[in-house]
Amino acid sequence: MTARDFLIRGLIAGFIAGILGFLVAHQVGEPHVERAIALEEAGSTDEHPHDAAEEPGATHEHETEEAGHSHGDGETEVSRANQRTWGLLTGTLAVGTALGGLVGLIAAAVVGRIGRLTATQSTALVSVVGFVSFALVPFLKYPAAPPAVGSGDTIGERTALFFTFLAISVAAAVAAVAVARQLLAQTSVYAAVVVSGGLYLLVVAGAAALMPTVNELGDFPADTLWWFRLSSVFTLATVWGGIGVVLTGLADRESAAEARRELAASL
Amino acid sequence: MAQPSVAPTATAEISSIPLRQIAPWALFFGLVALLVLFFVSTDQGATSVISGTAIHEWVHDGRHLLGYPCH
Repeated sequence: MTARDFLIRGLIAGFIAGILGFLVAHQVGEPHVERAIALEEAGSTDEHPHDAAEEPGATHEHETEEAGHSHGDGETEVSRANQRTWGLLTGTLAVGTALGGLVGLIAAAVVGRIGRLTATQSTALVSVVGFVSFALVPFLKYPAAPPAVGSGDTIGERTALFFTFLAISVAAAVAAVAVARQLLAQTSVYAAVVVSGGLYLLVVAGAAALMPTVNELGDFPADTLWWFRLSSVFTLATVWGGIGVVLTGLADRESAAEARRELAASL
Repeated sequence: MAQPSVAPTATAEISSIPLRQIAPWALFFGLVALLVLFFVSTDQGATSVISGTAIHEWVHDGRHLLGYPCH
């Protein structure tokens, strides 16, 4: 398979994963998003988390600001019917396709370079490492927040923390794979996996312990928070699982076709 | 496909793809992918490349459910 073969299959896998991710997010996640928005709007007159603490006199201003579920200055209004369907689909498709293409290209670089990984083993490995380092571990430190949780005043800080931790996690995963590659040549697969996995855990656990915790929950109901976050993990797992399964399946088909062509050529 | 590879026997080396061949794809698609991820996850939130709130509002639910910081 060429680099182009990997990229195209990655994009196709990512697109399919985006559709699957949308179905899970829409069916499992949206009821909890709706509940959170209902809570946000019910609380917006008196104890809205945005600025309830500092300006008790400014209620009139944020009442107008919060009409419909709009966070901005009210310039653009997208209806909830669109946000929960086409808007959500746009998000999962775009993210799925982008991640799928990246996984495909990284898998192309990994083939034959770590031990004796074949095309299918490479796509499977990159998908698993990608899910853990790009989605699961960042989620464990800075979990998804439902609407109504998270102040507009701290969005800059929260975004910086999230992406800093994400970058540390991905960099640690890349470094761990590089270590595993060296160890594979010198020791056993067992030692390579245990040592590199341990190093990754050490780095992300250390970073998680040192970096500040974000807690802007207030009195948001615990069960709605739990179900929202669970459905967020399901969505991420569906997107990454979809990329891994579809891309590996496509790579497997292509590898089998290549083997047949070679056999035919050698006859 | 066009890539010459060794026969798939048990002891054969797995041929790798030259990084020279991957680089242009990686550079171009890497940039596109980062831009896409940025616009879905962050634009018109913590920072704003395009003014207004249209993108934020449109991908609002995706941003929340995919775990990106959103207000």
